[in-house]
Amino acid sequence: MRVQSLIKLLVLPLLLLSMQSWSQNKSISGKVTDAKDGKPLIGASVKAKGGTNGTTTNSEGAFTLSVPTTTTELEVSMVGYTLATVGITGNNLLVGLEPAIGTLNDVVVIGYGTQKKKDFTGSITSVTSKDFVKAPFATPEQLISGKVAGVQVTSNSGEPGVGSTIRIRGQASLSANTAPLIVIDGVAVDNGGLAGSPNPLSLINANDIETFVVLKDASAAAIYGSRASNGVILITTKKGSKSGQLKVNFNTTASKFVNSELVPVLSSTQFRNVVNSKGNPDDIALLGTSNTNWQNEIYRVGYATDNNLSLTGGIKALPYRFSIGYYGQGGVLKTNSIKRPSATLNLNPKFFDNHLSIDVSVKGSISESRFANVGGAIGGALTYDPTQSVFGGKQIYGGYFQWLDASGNILNLAPRNPVSTLNLSDNTSKVLRSVGNIQIDYKFHFLPELRANLNLGYDASTSRGTSISLPQDPGLIASGLFNGSIFGYSENVKNQLLEAYLNYTKELTAIKSKIEVTAGYGYYDFLRVIPDNNPSLDFKGDTLPNPVFGVPNKPQYTMLSAYSRLIYSFDNRFILTATYRTDASSKFPSAGGNRWGQFPSAALAWRISNEKFLKGSSVISDLKLRVGYGETGQQDIGNYYSYLAFFTPSTPTASYQFGNAYYQTNRPSGYNSEIKWEQTLVRNIGLDFGLLKNRISGTVDVYQKETSDLLLFTNVPAGSNLTNSLFANIGSMKSEGIEASLNASIIQGKNFTWDMSFNATVQRVEITDLTLNPDPTFKGFEVGGIAGGVGNNIQIHSEGFEPNSFYVYKQVYDQNGKPLEGVYEDINRDGFISSADKYRYNSPNSDAFFGTTQTFGYKNLTLTTVLRANVGNYIYNNVSSNFGAYAGFNRNDGFLNNLHSSVLETNFQNNQLFSDYYIENASFLRMDNINLTYNVGNIGNNINLRLSGIVQNVFTITKYSGLDPEISGGVDNNFYPRPTIYSISANIDF
Amino acid sequence: MLLSKILFCTFLIVLVGGCTKDLDRFPAYDPTTETVYADFANYKGILAKIYSGLVLSGQSGPSGNPDIAGIDEGFSNYLRQYWKLQELTTDEAVIAWNDGSLPEYHKMTWTDGNEFNRAMYDRIFYQVSIANEFIRQTTDGNLSTRSITGADADEARTFRAEARFLRALSYWHALDIYGGNVPFVTDADPIGAFLPQQTNATNLFAYIENELKEVEPLLLAAKTNEYGRADKAACWMLLAKLYLNAEVYIGSARYTDCLTEVNKVLSAGYSLESNYANNFLADNNNSPEIIFSANCDGLRTQSYGAMTFLIHASVGGSMDPAAFGINGGWFGLRATSAFVNKFEDPTGFTDKRAMFYVNGQNLEINDLFNFTDGFPVSKFKNVTSTGVKGSDNTGTFVDTDWPMFRLTDAHLMYMECVLRNASGGDKSTALTYANAIRGRAYGDASGNIQETDLTLNWILDERARELYWEATRRTDLIRYGLYTSAEYLWPWKGGVKDGTAVADFRNIMPIPQSDITANTNLQQNQGY
Repeated sequence: MRVQSLIKLLVLPLLLLSMQSWSQNKSISGKVTDAKDGKPLIGASVKAKGGTNGTTTNSEGAFTLSVPTTTTELEVSMVGYTLATVGITGNNLLVGLEPAIGTLNDVVVIGYGTQKKKDFTGSITSVTSKDFVKAPFATPEQLISGKVAGVQVTSNSGEPGVGSTIRIRGQASLSANTAPLIVIDGVAVDNGGLAGSPNPLSLINANDIETFVVLKDASAAAIYGSRASNGVILITTKKGSKSGQLKVNFNTTASKFVNSELVPVLSSTQFRNVVNSKGNPDDIALLGTSNTNWQNEIYRVGYATDNNLSLTGGIKALPYRFSIGYYGQGGVLKTNSIKRPSATLNLNPKFFDNHLSIDVSVKGSISESRFANVGGAIGGALTYDPTQSVFGGKQIYGGYFQWLDASGNILNLAPRNPVSTLNLSDNTSKVLRSVGNIQIDYKFHFLPELRANLNLGYDASTSRGTSISLPQDPGLIASGLFNGSIFGYSENVKNQLLEAYLNYTKELTAIKSKIEVTAGYGYYDFLRVIPDNNPSLDFKGDTLPNPVFGVPNKPQYTMLSAYSRLIYSFDNRFILTATYRTDASSKFPSAGGNRWGQFPSAALAWRISNEKFLKGSSVISDLKLRVGYGETGQQDIGNYYSYLAFFTPSTPTASYQFGNAYYQTNRPSGYNSEIKWEQTLVRNIGLDFGLLKNRISGTVDVYQKETSDLLLFTNVPAGSNLTNSLFANIGSMKSEGIEASLNASIIQGKNFTWDMSFNATVQRVEITDLTLNPDPTFKGFEVGGIAGGVGNNIQIHSEGFEPNSFYVYKQVYDQNGKPLEGVYEDINRDGFISSADKYRYNSPNSDAFFGTTQTFGYKNLTLTTVLRANVGNYIYNNVSSNFGAYAGFNRNDGFLNNLHSSVLETNFQNNQLFSDYYIENASFLRMDNINLTYNVGNIGNNINLRLSGIVQNVFTITKYSGLDPEISGGVDNNFYPRPTIYSISANIDF
Repeated sequence: MLLSKILFCTFLIVLVGGCTKDLDRFPAYDPTTETVYADFANYKGILAKIYSGLVLSGQSGPSGNPDIAGIDEGFSNYLRQYWKLQELTTDEAVIAWNDGSLPEYHKMTWTDGNEFNRAMYDRIFYQVSIANEFIRQTTDGNLSTRSITGADADEARTFRAEARFLRALSYWHALDIYGGNVPFVTDADPIGAFLPQQTNATNLFAYIENELKEVEPLLLAAKTNEYGRADKAACWMLLAKLYLNAEVYIGSARYTDCLTEVNKVLSAGYSLESNYANNFLADNNNSPEIIFSANCDGLRTQSYGAMTFLIHASVGGSMDPAAFGINGGWFGLRATSAFVNKFEDPTGFTDKRAMFYVNGQNLEINDLFNFTDGFPVSKFKNVTSTGVKGSDNTGTFVDTDWPMFRLTDAHLMYMECVLRNASGGDKSTALTYANAIRGRAYGDASGNIQETDLTLNWILDERARELYWEATRRTDLIRYGLYTSAEYLWPWKGGVKDGTAVADFRNIMPIPQSDITANTNLQQNQGY
């Protein structure tokens, strides 16, 4: 039996080969074009129907193919176009491909395999490169901002290379990480911070990305069980082609970054008036004679350049894509910059008659940043006395004006000249990161329905940073140090994964069924190495006093998983997906079975359009109903060893004196030996539809998520543990929402086209339980630290409310609508105002958000706009509350502080930090992007040229009085402004 | 075929062999309980942790690895919170900072949500917990299991007695501040998932008394232990303070017991430091009158709480930070006029204990948040008695130790017990002690008093003059019934500029709401 099959295996290909060589062939050539605009399509696949011969079109869209004489039809296909089957009517065929609108046959990566869009049973959205936000981004997640219903991508600020807060369907966790799992080409990347790196994702070149797939509901995401509670984003990079022909793409962009607005603070004239009328003679004597707008002094126009070169092709059976990129940006805050060269190599060879395919992907980047002291400079510029000049101070301080005491020494409590803050420090870092994997997929020769897949991947980075303060630094001089300081730090991350699965796919035509079974195993290891830091040195090489002790650390955690999935489809009408994954995390104890979590899911789709009563309908071309249910888990807490009893030795600076000796202390840690998985249960009902041959298509999803056993960083009963708070599985929360997206090809003219996509999300997140023991009087956990006093919080997690609800006093206003200072509503009617009178007032979470993209085409011109809106999100204007009171200008003796212009409105003498006056509606409509592209076409020698002009952050319509209504976390303080970005870009293909 | 075989085998090895042992991950540098306690050389570092819990905030000095969470690390420091509670709620101190609900302290409007009160409570129970753990691990049984014998075992038993003393100290704070209605946990309890039972004043009083009586013979003799470690005299002082306030705590007077303990202290060989001010300077470790201290050091014991807080926060206005051995003031603490006026002459020319900074300051406080309203106190400094700045050249962290128990406190307790009819002392000795204190303060006999002057009210005022800003004022005012009542008002008492009475329930603080929520066994103190 064995010998037989072996012989068969060996002989069969030979037979096939020889059969081919015996038959008669004919040669067909032709050209493939876009049916709409007539442009040649490069790389379209052409093959004989029913046969195996195939080729791809060249740079002019032309092909030549040798087919058996018996062949009567060709199949022509290309991603983004509908498959065309054309009869061989001559020797020179002209094939026009219709752009696919609802690309239902697109094959989408869904985790441990692929699936056609039409077969989706879960809530999955894929965005391919042609639908990305068309702008140069330092950080790739911005490519899908505003593009996907239920997904919010908020850049954290305007700082170069800064990351984004990504939320898929609100949040499912409170204390644990709420970021989705991000998987790049099969490697789940480390989304945690890295010392010296602005944003882990910024190390991936946006230009190399082919698709984003967002797995939103549990039936889709549960296959990633362990880390899927907050959704999964799968990123696939561009690959080489089989055609073998070398294609070169070069893209260059130059951008200019301009701040559109400054924070309203008092002008020098207004400030003089305030000091002269409200200050004492000592204060008035401090006034200077200059007129300085400190914000103008710290900001500048920033420039960026983004260059990418990619080579795509194939050498024999080895399709490859190699790309290099360089991104460089100077931030709008002076001295702040980032430089990032990157390279990506993808090799995708296939062997043994396509039975064995190997995908190798290596990505690397070197990110060099110079960080500015954002808080010191941006915060400082708001409050620094506008009557003082930038320079004119003592030479020892580099000539910068600084506030001094009577003896000429730095006033310790006074702010530092913000320009000196920027120029007297030099904090740089260099981060090397590489993500890569090799994926081996083997289709068994004796059983081609069975595939084995092995994926070995890594995500490694190393960062080195140096913080330098120049000898003129006033803080150093005040501490009696005159030779500057140099402090170095470093950190390494090494994450590894191994995944292996078997997949069995079988068409059972007799019972109109298809089954696909996948079972696999995963091993994931996460290691971070923080070495002993070197002591701080001065410029002479001497060790400085009070060194910052970096405690060496080597946190590591490991996860094991076993997963399985069954996809059963019947008659192209019913598709059932069931998954089951079990995960173990080293963060949980093996005792009590806490280490392993179980994550099942099931979903059913009914393709109604394939029912007899709808088949052939001229209106409804596609209609599918999906129902899904699943559970996902969460283990992403910062503490890797929270169940273990161990000791932490102290630094030498935390010793204790007995007699004449100092003893470093040893602390027993608190621990929770019962910690376990947080679980989220998701229900989802969705409807996909396509109308008029999918000219209009869309999706509506309704979901409900319930998280229980929240990994909550919470109080322990006093005395019961060796700490006052730790992670424990307490509490629950839920979120629910409706998402809808609509794509329409509104005008499909010969010369003019208009495509539109729109998505809308309505959602609500609510904390349902926060305590081990029901306590109706429990107000909640205060969160959301603010500036203005130490330890003040403005938000609260309370049962029955949204997370991070603002917790404030209700301001009372006079008949003219002016807030009355210190007058608040006595909510509990006990006769006086105490913290018991605070109430919960809105939250930073949007109630609804919308995104829409319009694409207009006219001949070779394409205009794209992306608009985004959030409704019902509120912000605490901490800049206004902290600096908007007259008491602030002379709070301490010896120096003056500027005030926020809101003081002219409120006339507050003292800060009213907790007044709801400062909670502002930050709903907004923002034009993220406008892009005008002119496709010049062939400019000779088969070189295609495309030119674009792009504006990002075009305008924002909002009632919010601060700089920007979109602030992650909802507390506006020292916000690095998001500039408006003007870019021109050229793209060359040949 | 070969390839498929290799693939399949890899698959199987991975699946079957598994890597489940990799799921047992341990910290790379931090040892486990067993390894630490196996070696006696580690014991002193663990004992040092319990002591340092009074002045340090975590394992990374000055900050970065806190012991407790939920509040700014420096703010959460034990001594800083104890000081604030004992002083800011009285006539002796106000603070200019608008941090969280800190202003509620002086205004006496705190609720059970006050995070400073919570930090105090959490710190107390943090101390109790780590002391419990050390006591649990150092039983004779555990010592012998770990083969710790001979002199090592003897020393371990002394360490254990000191840990019990420190636990009793913190439980005394819990009794004084929360009226004893607190969770009760000892080394007999486990660690982890259980809800401690609430005790009460009577039981907690008895427990502390019994513990101290039990450890007294186990502690080293007075003045024979290393500086910074508790000896029998520290134990007597704590017992004396427990008995002195017994009437408040449990409703029955124990002044005779107090006097018994005080007498042991007075005959232990302590003597007055010739210069009052030297008790509060960077080299106060040399003072012969400090019975028990919590130690700070500018280089080796760094935090933003404890004495760093007290000295920096005392400096502001036109005060010269260099004179305090620090790099800058934090513009926080001043005294009210009610306290300043306890000195007949607040200039310090006669009674040298009156250490106020008056230049550019107003005696009366119109604005609690304005540093120049109220007189700052220049008692604590980071310079030595010879005028040398402390060891931290940058002037951030200080060397000055916290004088927790001082000989004059024993003198003052003696006088008070005698006047409260305790047996074991007499009025003429009391007068001698009074004039010893007065004599040092005035430098001569000009401040001496007569026996007729020696009244209970005079003693309370003298306690203020002698022990001000040493974290005893709140307890003293409560013992005299003046803390909440209208009988004695000070500026901004009750949140009113001229002062007003507040409800009596404020004599004890509320159990923080965080623990009421976490532990259903707890009943809130009345009034909250």
